[in-house]
Amino acid sequence: MKVSLKVNGAERSGDVEPRVLLVDFLRTNLRLTGTHIGCDTSSCGACTVLIDGEPVKSCTVLAVQATGRSISTVEGLAQGGNLSPVQVGFHEEHGLQCGFCTPGMMLVGTALLERNPNPSEDDIRWAISGNICRCTGYMNIVKAIKHAAAMRDASQAAPQESHAAAAAGGE
Amino acid sequence: MFPAAFDYRAPTTLDEALSILTQHGDAAKVMAGGQSLIPLLKLRFASPELVVDIGRLPALNTIKRDDGYVTIGALARHVDVERSKELATSAPMMIEAAHWIADPLVRNRGTVVGSVCHADPAGDWGSVMLAYGADLVARSQTGERVLHADGFFEGPFTTTLRPDEVMTEIRIPVRKGRSGGAYLKLERKVGDFATVAVAVQVELDGNKIASAGIGLTAVGPHNLKATEAEKFLHGKEPSDEVIAEAARLAAGAAEPKDDLRGSAAYKKDVVRVFVQRGLRTAIGRAREVRA
Repeated sequence: MKVSLKVNGAERSGDVEPRVLLVDFLRTNLRLTGTHIGCDTSSCGACTVLIDGEPVKSCTVLAVQATGRSISTVEGLAQGGNLSPVQVGFHEEHGLQCGFCTPGMMLVGTALLERNPNPSEDDIRWAISGNICRCTGYMNIVKAIKHAAAMRDASQAAPQESHAAAAAGGE
Repeated sequence: MFPAAFDYRAPTTLDEALSILTQHGDAAKVMAGGQSLIPLLKLRFASPELVVDIGRLPALNTIKRDDGYVTIGALARHVDVERSKELATSAPMMIEAAHWIADPLVRNRGTVVGSVCHADPAGDWGSVMLAYGADLVARSQTGERVLHADGFFEGPFTTTLRPDEVMTEIRIPVRKGRSGGAYLKLERKVGDFATVAVAVQVELDGNKIASAGIGLTAVGPHNLKATEAEKFLHGKEPSDEVIAEAARLAAGAAEPKDDLRGSAAYKKDVVRVFVQRGLRTAIGRAREVRA
């Protein structure tokens, strides 16, 4: 069955059985292996991608369901060699150790900041509550998303500053 | 994990969907958001020959106020409930319940109506529908049936919905008088199924309880309606003694089992405590409403 969708802005398509999951389509057919398979039971969030800007668990979406939709994966966060604000946040605040949950965490953080540019710590913790990290204890992940929010804020207040390019890349 | 192979159709009109279901009957399974069905397919607890994805049907993703009702369309997701301004005024208990469902990512895809049809005994929406006394609208090629939430659930994952039917919307009655609700849930962690949860909805007439609805989650073969407690509350002034007795009756209606989330005795007592707290909260909220 034909699947046509937009992935990180580019039109992509493939021919798959209806039972193929979106995460497998991304990883196997499109070779976008930044989206991870963790629990494979909709519990851990390692497979998080954005569909039309909203975070979902791609292990629990059929590839055929995504036809005509716009998907964002971790590979699409950096633009033109510039890390997105959320990626910078994870780098600056050491928001990862093993990195397995990181793509999902960064996509959730990205979607959160689009909806709520100035989230409280509580907002951030609720937003990532469907994503499990077994290394960090979440402290630095929360700090990383806060860092990204502050960066976006600063770049909007003073768009001529050097963060502007990175901030624009996240959108 | 892959599901067993199935055929897939994504009809673009309701008529087309109903025609497919009439042709294939029990061999077909309707999918909306897929957040319950896809895990079942992957674990191979379900192996339908055909999955009918209604996710592309138009105009079913709405939450809107009709005469005396607020209607939840078949494709309205949990997140749509969370953000609904209409429900904040007409059925706020739904918003309270939505926050407890699964996790934010699942709520971005899963639907209210799909969850009700899935009929997991630990599902939250069934209890909410029982407490509200909701009407469930089922369409097939032979017409429309309006089913009452009370009686819809027959057993674990079993309802009175027929294989040739699609539940197109849920209608929640909006009371004109002073009413309030509460949803209380005990879960081990975000995303876990309920150990116990309770939905309470009350309407006041002066100082008296005009009507009460109480739904119980995860303490029986399906969502349970605490009918005796509801009847007991009818027409009474909600004193501490009355609330305590209603909570005791509701706990009596629960039929929990021992499992890794707790013993049956413990769960029954959580029902009692939650109904007591829920009634106090719901009555407090009803008193704040200006009729």
